[in-house]
Amino acid sequence: MNKITFTIDGQACTAEAGQTILEAARANGIYIPSLCWFEGMKPAGSCRICTVRAGGRYMAACTQPVSEQMVIENMAPDLEDMRKALVEMLFVEGNHMCPTCEKSGNCELQALAYRYQMLVPRFPYDFPVRRVEPAGPKILLEHNRCIKCLRCVRGVKAKDGRRVFGALRRGGRKKIAVDLSLAAALSDRRAREAMDRCPVGSILKKEVGFIVPVGKRKYDATPIGSDLRKAEG
Amino acid sequence: MSKPVIATASLAGCFGCHMSILDIDERILDLVELVEFNKSPVDDIKTFTKPVDVGIIEGGCSNSENVEVLRAFRKNCKILISLGECAIMGGLPAMRNGIPVRECLEEAYHRCPTIDPFDPKIIPDDPDLPIILDRVYPLHEIVKIDAFLPGCPPSADLIWKALTSLLQGKPLVLPYALVKFD
Ligand code: SF4
Ligand code: SF4
Repeated sequence: MNKITFTIDGQACTAEAGQTILEAARANGIYIPSLCWFEGMKPAGSCRICTVRAGGRYMAACTQPVSEQMVIENMAPDLEDMRKALVEMLFVEGNHMCPTCEKSGNCELQALAYRYQMLVPRFPYDFPVRRVEPAGPKILLEHNRCIKCLRCVRGVKAKDGRRVFGALRRGGRKKIAVDLSLAAALSDRRAREAMDRCPVGSILKKEVGFIVPVGKRKYDATPIGSDLRKAEG
Repeated sequence: MSKPVIATASLAGCFGCHMSILDIDERILDLVELVEFNKSPVDDIKTFTKPVDVGIIEGGCSNSENVEVLRAFRKNCKILISLGECAIMGGLPAMRNGIPVRECLEEAYHRCPTIDPFDPKIIPDDPDLPIILDRVYPLHEIVKIDAFLPGCPPSADLIWKALTSLLQGKPLVLPYALVKFD
């Protein structure tokens, strides 16, 4: 198969034809920050955290296929600041009380905020009115923390392949809905998968909250994406 | 040269951040050598007696008195630090944001399980009591804030690092492991 050659921030990289910029970057040991992307799942390109620049144009690295001789900017300061702004926006659009959150320490949104050392968002807090939805015996849905990434809608399926989650309404009023009977029938393994699909603490498996002690959680000691940088060095 | 002056206050907070200030262990002896405390619950000085170099505030603004204290700090302090999640984003008290104030007060004074059902249903409204605000406000939505130290509570190491940098006029360079929201 033909290899494509391209560069990211000046570093020479190779990719298989048809790979997206984000997949190709990771295969080359380069981290492009992402949030709504989930390995092995069809990308949605909705959060825009993975925005890169090529030929002066901005594109979502998770949906854009890489092409021959592409010159990609990833870590340019203005791109990084734009990503940080997106993270800050997600914080003020929901109600993120990290001290009370079961996902704290393992949350991808929080991990990005740590990576960018967000001390305070530049935008005013919205304090939207949202609910906690007890979704049967296995999981609960904490709408206050949902960032509408649709990872659950795209990826969480019941045994027979039916979708467990769906999206209601559009734009700022978008809301995740759950099929209560399918959610109740989830096996423990699938309920755990549903929780892991959710980048934040919006889908929670019941009775396992706060199970990992502070200090041992995924992003306590090292920033998100550092596993890739290690592979590179 | 006289020592830099520090003042602290807890507004709509739980005093956890103040506990974390004390949690710097034996470094508190260095701190006492380095700085002088003015208005603060730590030394129980109630009113400012001189201009302050660094003011540290825990908790957001939930009532009119919080706002008054915050404004007085802004007036009296060269540098004002927003310490902890409640100061930065309202924190747990802000969970009432979005619930009408009347409903909150009725929940606390009428429907709370420890209320005697035969007691007259009152909501305290003595003019001496501060007025509850429509919601809990982060400090920087009310006055200008110079530095933010997140955490619930912020770790003693973070507070120490920030305070020593600010007092020496150095920029805040905070290590990854110290900046946490929980
Ligand atoms: S979902 Fe993440 S960012 Fe939101 S409260 Fe939980 S840990 Fe914090
Ligand atoms: S519930 Fe979780 S996975 Fe689903 S859209 Fe919200 S944040 Fe994304």
